[in-house]
Amino acid sequence: MKDFIQFVFNGLSLGSIYALLALGFVVIFKATEVVNFAHGSILALGAYAISRFSFNSHINFYLSVLLGVAVAGLLALIIERGLVRTMAGRSVIAVSIMTIGVDLIVRTETTRRIGVDILTLSDPWRDHVVHFAGLLLPTARLAAIITALALLAGFFLWFKLSPFGVAMRASAEDAEAASLMGIRLGRISAVAWVLAGALAAIAGVFLTAFPSAGLDSGTGDVALRAFPAAILGGLDSTGGAVVGGLIIGVAEVLTAGYQSNLSFLGRGFDEVMPYVVMVAVLLVRPAGLFGTREATRV
Amino acid sequence: MSEVAAARLETSADVAAARAVSGRRALALRAGVVALVALFPLALGTFDAAGQDFWLQSGAFAFAAMIGALGLTLLVGGAGQLSLAHSFYVAVGAYGYVYLSSPTHEKGTTIASSIQAGAGFPTLLAMAGAVLIAGFAGLLFSPISARVRGIYLGVASLGLVFVGQHIAFNAQSLSGGFNGRDVPEVNLLGFNFDSTPLSFLGVTFTRNGKLWYLGLAGVVLAYVYYVNVLRGRPGRALRCLRDSEVAASVLGVNVVRYKAYAFTLSSMYAGLAGAIYALVYHHIVPDTFGLGLTVSFLAMIVIGGLGSPGGALVGALFVSALPAVLAKYSDSLPFIAPTGSGGVTAGVAAQFVYGAAVILLLVFEPGGVASLARRLVRLVSRIRRSPHPPRQKEAA
Repeated sequence: MKDFIQFVFNGLSLGSIYALLALGFVVIFKATEVVNFAHGSILALGAYAISRFSFNSHINFYLSVLLGVAVAGLLALIIERGLVRTMAGRSVIAVSIMTIGVDLIVRTETTRRIGVDILTLSDPWRDHVVHFAGLLLPTARLAAIITALALLAGFFLWFKLSPFGVAMRASAEDAEAASLMGIRLGRISAVAWVLAGALAAIAGVFLTAFPSAGLDSGTGDVALRAFPAAILGGLDSTGGAVVGGLIIGVAEVLTAGYQSNLSFLGRGFDEVMPYVVMVAVLLVRPAGLFGTREATRV
Repeated sequence: MSEVAAARLETSADVAAARAVSGRRALALRAGVVALVALFPLALGTFDAAGQDFWLQSGAFAFAAMIGALGLTLLVGGAGQLSLAHSFYVAVGAYGYVYLSSPTHEKGTTIASSIQAGAGFPTLLAMAGAVLIAGFAGLLFSPISARVRGIYLGVASLGLVFVGQHIAFNAQSLSGGFNGRDVPEVNLLGFNFDSTPLSFLGVTFTRNGKLWYLGLAGVVLAYVYYVNVLRGRPGRALRCLRDSEVAASVLGVNVVRYKAYAFTLSSMYAGLAGAIYALVYHHIVPDTFGLGLTVSFLAMIVIGGLGSPGGALVGALFVSALPAVLAKYSDSLPFIAPTGSGGVTAGVAAQFVYGAAVILLLVFEPGGVASLARRLVRLVSRIRRSPHPPRQKEAA
């Protein structure tokens, strides 16, 4: 039982990081109808920048994070302004494949720069652990949960209440009507991309902090596991992204934790688990748990 | 995919016109290209016997890529179903071939203690079997492909790549696990595709030289089949499905069945590609069949122009040969750093080039190389008829 609670805590903390990434996918999808396959490389580039600022240039960690977030946001903005904008009106699939091309380039360059090293972001949490009721809680993961909660709460308040959030929801509902009401769609999609990029960089901070070893060339691939989170929650549901992230995180950690009891599935099944859960959900609900079902109009 | 649909409409109009005027000429052109490609190893053996193996191997890889790309462009461009699972089906073909053709009890070559399973089929039968197994794997995906649509389908199919790699890493007796396993040679009716050199017309054929012909035969078969499928009733059903599922079902196309058909056919192509990949690699490891392979297949068909079989061939040649060619000439290319130096190596440069090609083509020329070629043909014919007033460009 103690193991189980420990695993669930680990799963929720990992899941809250996935939720940040999945929210990025959803925000971009709602604003521009694009599935951003370059999310992993935005994450990796942001984390790489933070590592360079804080470890190599000895800039204060929190300032480095801000700078790294700015770098990731800038990359997202460049993708949106330079490429997605020019492909306006084209099919979702065409634009999404284009982001695969972007991912290829950015990822190749980040991987080349990281090389075989494992970089540290010199975060203040190091490998500290909090002992609580017999559980081992890494400080970095506690920080991840708190940060994710704060960011998600802030996002939902902003999204529901602020004029800009309302504009964003309106344009996702009906872009044409929204633009006739004077909402500037270009600005909405730019903000959505920058926001998603920033969230990815913050997720990158916690993905490379303890208990992970650090930033290596495979860190960006984690975004591929947040993909199922966004899909299973429903690509156009912000709340679904959070639920999906938590489900995927818990499922993954439980699979890893009980690996010895699940030996018939083979070693390392936890990395496949997100996809298995996603496919199982899609079989029952093809648009995800909270996604809008496509209505067929004739 | 409206712009692709438009491009296809234009293509079919162009094709119809071209067929009326010069159907025979087009056929002769294709036969000529095939003959040239078939003669290439002979010429290579005569003029550059020492360096021929590199070209022959790159060529054999490119042929495998072409077959796989034809399968994917059928699915994505022809039927409008986004699949990111292509490398999974390639892996099924590769491991299917290795399993079926290996002797029933083969001692593991890399791990002395492990016994690797085999079925001991004759190699030709094993190859056909690999294609069928891959097709069956594609059919098994139909419960998902029938329910899930568009981009959801793409991500769902991405899961197969990870599941497949997981199986390949864990099923030691089937795949040899992390270290991989050796691939038995093809023996075609007594003709060995092994490394014993074979002399013909004064030219010595190496193993890769023989695989060149096997690959070329596969490409010709795959291309002819593709063109025939798309020209016939199933092809029309698939295109209708791509443009609108509702319209297709109203017209009496069984949507679920044709989606399953497209997935099955596409994975059979992937299976054949996988078997040839396995033969050229000579030793296959699970890492080969990861996400990178899926992405490069997507790059091939996007560069070629979605749904264009000729474009898929050109795209496959480009994406598959580029890294090897850049690496070969890295000494004389100033911007390429030597491998392992951490600079822009040939592999990195190749990724940049085809990443950029995908982006630029999708932004500026959605029809890919195929529509660039059509424009070129139109330009040439306009120049030829220059005494007459220039023809008005058709409304786009």
